[in-house]
Amino acid sequence: MSRGHQEHPARPMGHHDDHGHGHGHGDHAAHGTMKDYVTGFVLAVILTAIPFWLVMNKSISSSATMGIVLLAFAAVQIVVHIKYFLHMNGKSEGGWNMLAMIFTIVIVVITLAGSLWVMYHLNHNMMPTMSPENMPTETVPQSMQGMQGMQHSAPQSK
Amino acid sequence: MSEAINHTADATPSSRYFVRHHHPENGTLLGFWIYLMSDCLIFACLFACYAVLGRNYAGGPTGAELFDLPLVALNTALLLLSSITYGFAMLAMQAKKQQNTIFWLIITGLLGAGFIYFELYEFLHLIHEGAGPTRSGFLTSFFALVGTHGLHVTFGIIWLVVLLFQINKHGLTEANGRRLMCLSMFWHFLDVVWIGVFTFVYLMGVLP
Repeated sequence: MSRGHQEHPARPMGHHDDHGHGHGHGDHAAHGTMKDYVTGFVLAVILTAIPFWLVMNKSISSSATMGIVLLAFAAVQIVVHIKYFLHMNGKSEGGWNMLAMIFTIVIVVITLAGSLWVMYHLNHNMMPTMSPENMPTETVPQSMQGMQGMQHSAPQSK
Repeated sequence: MSEAINHTADATPSSRYFVRHHHPENGTLLGFWIYLMSDCLIFACLFACYAVLGRNYAGGPTGAELFDLPLVALNTALLLLSSITYGFAMLAMQAKKQQNTIFWLIITGLLGAGFIYFELYEFLHLIHEGAGPTRSGFLTSFFALVGTHGLHVTFGIIWLVVLLFQINKHGLTEANGRRLMCLSMFWHFLDVVWIGVFTFVYLMGVLP
């Protein structure tokens, strides 16, 4: 009985501890504070304004360098949004949120990098045989017109 | 001793019921988060399409010729502002101030509607110029990606309006609080996707 008596206050204590870490109710845990939202907003405005300013003023002449800089700003801003607006941390929902997000990021990276990698090599290997016969730039509008004509006549034939 | 075992045997189901009673809210939020992650995969596929097809102009107009960066900046500002006004709505909900919650939700909805208005304006302008989704691979993937995002925002606004009626009728009940939390995640998630769109599609699209 005394053991049960010891256990009983321990459970609300544990629960309270969870609550403090942002796991419990979800009511107080997943909300941010005013400071969170304002910090996130200010950071997001800065991280949005700089890329637009860079591109509109053509500050970096090399497209490749500019692209990398822009993607870096986007990555940082995404982290800011997830931290300050979505209130993501390793402890929310007992870590399952974070686990699901990490899994998604892995799949997204595989999808994007895999598509670009495969399609780049496909283009690279197709181009030499395709370009002299079928794909000079002058015939492209004609083929587009032909396609439009086919699309136009297709419903009539059916 | 036997009393102690009896006690644990009693305690196990009751604690399980306690958990079941206590956790549905978390279950919904985790489930909704997993839905958002699957939505993220849809956008990843569309981004991959754009990454592959984004420079296939088929002799048609390029991103540098079509994109109106000040308009995109305005749209970005609207969506970013709507994110923080939704945050204010959540803070008002936390403080149990129903009128403030409704006020900030209406502001959020109006900002979202402004975003959709300018996006539709841009789409109609492009189609009017002969740069519709059938013009080239670039424009097909552009309309698919940006259009899907726009549809998400549209449904978010519909959801928001429905919630406004719910809150007006039933007040800030626990169920409405949970719905607001889900819409909050949805709304902020769309803002995160928009970061990818304006960076990858618009800003990188106008680079030479």
